[in-house]
Amino acid sequence: MPETILGKLQLIFRDVFDDSRLTIGRESNAETVEGWDSLAHINLVSAIEQEFAVRFALGELETLKNVGEMIDLIQSKLTVPA
Amino acid sequence: MTVACLKYPFDIKEVLRKRKSIRAELLERPGLAEVKIALLGGSTTSEIRSIAELFLLDAGLRPSFFESEYGKYFEDVVVDDSALRAFAPDIAFVHTTHLNVLHAPRMHDGDDRVEECLKAEMDRFQAIWSRLTGELGCLAIQNNFDLPPVRSLGGLDSTESFGLTHFVMRLNLEFARAARRNPKLVINDIHHLSARLGLDQWFDPDYWFSYKMAVSHAGTVHLAHALAKLVRAAYGKTRKCLVLDLDNTLWGGVIGDDGLNGIKIGKESARGESFNAFQQYCLELNERGVLLAVCSKNESVLAQRGFTHPDSVLKLQHFTAFQANWDPKPDNLEIVAKQINIGLDSLVFVDDNPAERALVSAQLPEVAVPDVGAQVSRFAQYLDREGYFEALRLNRDDAQRAAYYAGNNERAAQVARFADYAEFLASLEMKAEIGAFTPAYLERIAQLTNKTNQFNLTTRRYTLADMEAIAASPEYITLYGRLADRFGDNGLVSVVAGRLHEGKVHIELWLMSCRVLKRNFEFAMRDALVERAVQRGARELVGYYYRTPKNDLVAEHYAKLGFELVSRADDGSSSTWRLDLARPCVPDRTIKEITYA
Repeated sequence: MPETILGKLQLIFRDVFDDSRLTIGRESNAETVEGWDSLAHINLVSAIEQEFAVRFALGELETLKNVGEMIDLIQSKLTVPA
Repeated sequence: MTVACLKYPFDIKEVLRKRKSIRAELLERPGLAEVKIALLGGSTTSEIRSIAELFLLDAGLRPSFFESEYGKYFEDVVVDDSALRAFAPDIAFVHTTHLNVLHAPRMHDGDDRVEECLKAEMDRFQAIWSRLTGELGCLAIQNNFDLPPVRSLGGLDSTESFGLTHFVMRLNLEFARAARRNPKLVINDIHHLSARLGLDQWFDPDYWFSYKMAVSHAGTVHLAHALAKLVRAAYGKTRKCLVLDLDNTLWGGVIGDDGLNGIKIGKESARGESFNAFQQYCLELNERGVLLAVCSKNESVLAQRGFTHPDSVLKLQHFTAFQANWDPKPDNLEIVAKQINIGLDSLVFVDDNPAERALVSAQLPEVAVPDVGAQVSRFAQYLDREGYFEALRLNRDDAQRAAYYAGNNERAAQVARFADYAEFLASLEMKAEIGAFTPAYLERIAQLTNKTNQFNLTTRRYTLADMEAIAASPEYITLYGRLADRFGDNGLVSVVAGRLHEGKVHIELWLMSCRVLKRNFEFAMRDALVERAVQRGARELVGYYYRTPKNDLVAEHYAKLGFELVSRADDGSSSTWRLDLARPCVPDRTIKEITYA
């Protein structure tokens, strides 16, 4: 599982929220993950950008509803040549 | 010992991702000192706060923070400072960048207009600094300006006086001038920092528009580290001595094998030149007051011969301690510390050999051991970036420190020649000046107070503002002591402060630089304190000793001075002593001449 996007995201979430048992799924969102505030959000974004070597454009993340949509967005960036 | 990812060149990914667990781990460390820091931001400061906290905890400081309302770095200080005042910061960090220049000249503005802009901008910042360092009495750390990342004028932006690049460079010079004039204003040089990282790494427009972060995430780690270095320096956590290996650290090759003519140093080869450059950097450190020492596995005679090489920039006289033998390096480092009379936590050790570095780190965690790698061309960079010797300002004492210690070596040689120690002390022809705290000495008094660990009875730390308050308070009897002898002036080396309360003088502070240990200077300080206490109508002196890992040296200080024991904690961790002023002790006459200021 660590090799999948969700697997890698899970590790990032565990680091950022310092909770080694945190389990996320496609439906997880800011309401279901404790501590997911604007500060944590910046950390998540920067960790994801570094982990996957992608950049998010302005406003791209604001419309996402949950982790599932985040995975799809990362997937689309990884498959389309930059 | 420093957490690995917080060591230069920082594992930025790790720092950013794991900061919560790193923080939790660092908070477990014993003996953290509290410091209150106000972050006054022209942009978001939350990330700086979160990462600076890690570097500060790692340095043994536990910060609590106040953050201004977003962008209200001016208003929260100058317009309504009530919240800031209630917080009572020790240190205020004004985090402004080129984005916060309010009075930038417009395109084609004439020189007169540009001067007006400069004045308007300076007035704004002067108002902030004067409130922070004056009424609020804290140390102000002020960013200078990073250069604009895009320039509509292109290269002309730095040529035309109305160009923002040109304007910002002038502001930086004005900021530096202001800091030279105000001892409580310190510049955080983001002009350098941003140039070092590269403006494209330093400033990320998306993070600015999205989160109002004026510095990229990676840049924030470096910025937080720069801030922590200055805060560390404010609390006297600056190292004092650079201990150097020799073979393949100060010259190329092995002097024992290659001989004086075989070692690589000088301009003949790229490698030789890189050793030259590193020696030059070490020499500059020495000239600014950092002590140098040698710790090398070598025959001592051969090792010393290396410095007779005509291209060796460093000469034997630059070293305060010289340990070249075949003993383990941790043992030699302990000897170096003892010889110079400083703690292991004042040492930085540079060695090209990773095994020696690992051994020293493992056995002496207090010693800073940068992972300098094996390329001498990079050594200076590691020392520079870590900022082990960062100082808030240079004073005359710093410049003369190496000379004091050189004098100390001569003094040590003298001791051997005298029948007894008293005769030696008499031969030193010591002259002292003892007086109440005066403004001219307050900086040095605060500096000495914050960095003295061994001869320090209470190990209380004070900011410059605290010292000013004590100096001005009628409740306090304060004394500084300067000591000179025929080998040189030791400068201001002792500080005593007592609070007079209902006929008793409670000695809150008594410390002395280890430079002047065993000179009986503490007796002269006692005599001066007794005299002033009597003048003020006191009946009794009360002395306190609080044990720390470093001040066993003075556990019996008050007994030696003729005080009687009042109480002692069962585990010896503290004791209280009294001296009845109705029965004054015999004044000590070791110091030939004492001037009372």
